[in-house]
Amino acid sequence: MARPDGVPLLEVSDVTKSFGAVAAVRGVSFPLHAGEAHALVGENGAGKSTIVKMLAGVHRPDRGALLVDGDPVAFGSPGEAKAAGIAVIYQEPTLFPDLSVAENIAMGRHPVGRFGMVDRAAVRREAAALFERLGVRIDPARPARGLSIADQQIVEIAKALAGRARVLVMDEPTAALTGVEVERLFAVVRALCADGAAVLFISHRFEEITALCQRVTIMRDGAHVSTDPVAGLTVPEMVRRMVGRELDALFPKQDVDPGEVVLRVAGLSRAGAFAEVTFDVRAGEIVALAGLVGSGRSEVVQAVFGVDKRDSGSVHVNGKAVRPASPRAAMAAGMALVPEDRRQQGLVMDLSIQRNATLPRSGALAGLGFLFGGAERREARRWTERLQTKYGDLGDPVGTLSGGNQQKVVLAKWLATEPAVLIVDEPTRGIDVGTKAEVHRLMSELAADGVAVVMVSSELPEVLGMADRVLVMREGRVVAELARAEATEESVMFAAMGQGAVA
Amino acid sequence: MSALKAPPAAAWWSSVVRAREAGIVLALVALVAYTAVSNPRFLSGQSVRDILLGTSILAVLAVGQAVVVITRNIDLSVGSVLGLSAFTVGSVVQDNPGLPVVVALLAGVGIGVVCGTLNALLVRYGQVPALVVTLGTLYAFRGVTYLTAGGQQITADELPRAFLGFADASVLGVPWLVVIAVAVTVAVGVLLRNYRLGRELYAMGSSPEAAALVGIKVGRNTLVAFAISGAAAGLAGVLFAVRFGTIDAAAGTGYELNVVAAAVVGGVAVFGGSGTVWGAALGALLLTVIGSSLTVLDIDQFWQQAIVGALILLAIAIDRLVALRTARALRKGGPHVQ
Repeated sequence: MARPDGVPLLEVSDVTKSFGAVAAVRGVSFPLHAGEAHALVGENGAGKSTIVKMLAGVHRPDRGALLVDGDPVAFGSPGEAKAAGIAVIYQEPTLFPDLSVAENIAMGRHPVGRFGMVDRAAVRREAAALFERLGVRIDPARPARGLSIADQQIVEIAKALAGRARVLVMDEPTAALTGVEVERLFAVVRALCADGAAVLFISHRFEEITALCQRVTIMRDGAHVSTDPVAGLTVPEMVRRMVGRELDALFPKQDVDPGEVVLRVAGLSRAGAFAEVTFDVRAGEIVALAGLVGSGRSEVVQAVFGVDKRDSGSVHVNGKAVRPASPRAAMAAGMALVPEDRRQQGLVMDLSIQRNATLPRSGALAGLGFLFGGAERREARRWTERLQTKYGDLGDPVGTLSGGNQQKVVLAKWLATEPAVLIVDEPTRGIDVGTKAEVHRLMSELAADGVAVVMVSSELPEVLGMADRVLVMREGRVVAELARAEATEESVMFAAMGQGAVA
Repeated sequence: MSALKAPPAAAWWSSVVRAREAGIVLALVALVAYTAVSNPRFLSGQSVRDILLGTSILAVLAVGQAVVVITRNIDLSVGSVLGLSAFTVGSVVQDNPGLPVVVALLAGVGIGVVCGTLNALLVRYGQVPALVVTLGTLYAFRGVTYLTAGGQQITADELPRAFLGFADASVLGVPWLVVIAVAVTVAVGVLLRNYRLGRELYAMGSSPEAAALVGIKVGRNTLVAFAISGAAAGLAGVLFAVRFGTIDAAAGTGYELNVVAAAVVGGVAVFGGSGTVWGAALGALLLTVIGSSLTVLDIDQFWQQAIVGALILLAIAIDRLVALRTARALRKGGPHVQ
């Protein structure tokens, strides 16, 4: 189905892109042929999104080039990428909610009639014709507000077709779709391929890749691993190529004999986020919640801690039920949550280190209802020293610290409350290797002291190195529970991607 | 395509949009009827004329404001632009009694365009929210007016008869001021509804990120939107001078809030992306009628502000309610609302 001369519609040629000191993508090449659906797979953080943004004209490669019909191009803006026939459909579509569906499709290139006026009838006709071609029933006159994600994606595809796009880039389009909607989307994509379009399809679901795509490119840690026809590859082989790396010895997990059950979560559900999540954590245990981004891990711990509501289910700490939707009750019960986004949720960036480190206990440290500073400073010094935090003065705003030291302040703040259950969400995201090891050492020590630790992490080596047990989540459910001995990169990834539970 | 008939959801939606303007008309009719019954003088020629002239100035301002608000911005400087334009054009006419009124009107528009462009440049290149920028220029433009006026006042007897006569002149019995206001409303209405630029302004207000992604020239369009609002305020300044004849540096102080109120009451959503200039003009008419009828009904003027406030809250509540009901209706309908 490729062009007779074999020149791909679009070729990614040896591109490299760095953000600061971090190389997000290094030397990646692959071709997109007309009539072919091409899958791009890799773990979270493998660099897929960076590739998409380069194709969309949002980022420019530092080195290497994009070739359209064999000619190198440099996109300065999303408009230029679009003009070259590349359309990107994001997981969260970008429509104008107040405007009609037809107008969303026409926006930016309205057909113009008499007196330079927009030909409104033509706008509607074009939309209706496109929907007919795509075989979907969406009313062109209705506003885009309130369309389901699936229908919004169809509208985005119609937009791409209206703009004469020849290359469609779909960034995890199926993540939020139901089975029926995925089937409809695939039918549309197959029809487009038959018409000679090239599709780059990003997905974490192998069954979709084998069902839809002819070729697959695998990335790992920003680097290109392989590009092969899908027909010649087995799923285990793809998984092996995605993860295949050595576990480093960064994780000094101490062996602990787990004690009594401290945290008991039973049947926790919230519509649209997670369902029937049940697990226990014993004193001295580190339990990791693994899974892909968006599998519901953070939502679960947020609900356990009471930041988010839950529809049903219960949370017990040391045998006592914890009131839902109340972080205050969770704290009183002995829980602490170190959130994923420390800048937004973990720290008040403009406040001093000392104030941040003692915030949850400001009541206990106050005298006569006032914070005088002495007790605050003493406590802050004690905990920051224990965590070996590096800072100039306790009075400096916490925003002036490095990421790793900020994370230590967040930890200090919660450790000072002497929790029975410590929940950490992505504890080492964005901090350097040395500090990472310190955070790991600290978590290990806490567990050894009898704290029950729940860790959410996207970094498989961290999960495997630190956890006594691994709960793997997929699409809001716990799909596997792996003991430390059973947990390997392969077994966790298999479960996370829905290739049968290995437990 | 004949299979794709307008489904109930869309019909329902458009009926709600229509109902918004219909609601204002209904409120107007009820208010006028009630006031006229209790005091028939309310419908006398002079009273109606006063209301229409007052509405003209507010409507021109509100139409300009609607354009800016639709793009998810706001222009608080319109009262000051009106004052600057009124005083500057007044002084020029005072010194050149032979100047045709058309030239005076165009001069006012020119002053407004300059002010609006300045606002847009600050918003665009200063990366400062329009609320803050135009709050600043509200004081800056007023300051310029005070500086040039230097405590002077232009009174009616200093202005040429031909200039002031324009307020009384009419075509086919319709005062020129009203003709101008209707013309501005129609012109801007058509621009917003039927031209690419207008549609892009709605798109920018509906989703700024998506607007940039589809390649809309956001900077240029912001400039045009503020220039239109400025032009409308400048034009309104000349109309103000014509109507009242007496102009000092404080002319139009505090107008900006009436203008925003008229637009919001008329259904222009403060978060951008929806609303029409027809609604804004109707909002201006409603606010003016409320003012007059409270006087006629001998109700304390202080009530007027409370009532305007209540109307704004009502307008916002209706927007919210409609949004919630739409969301619920669409959720129930599942993926295909047919």
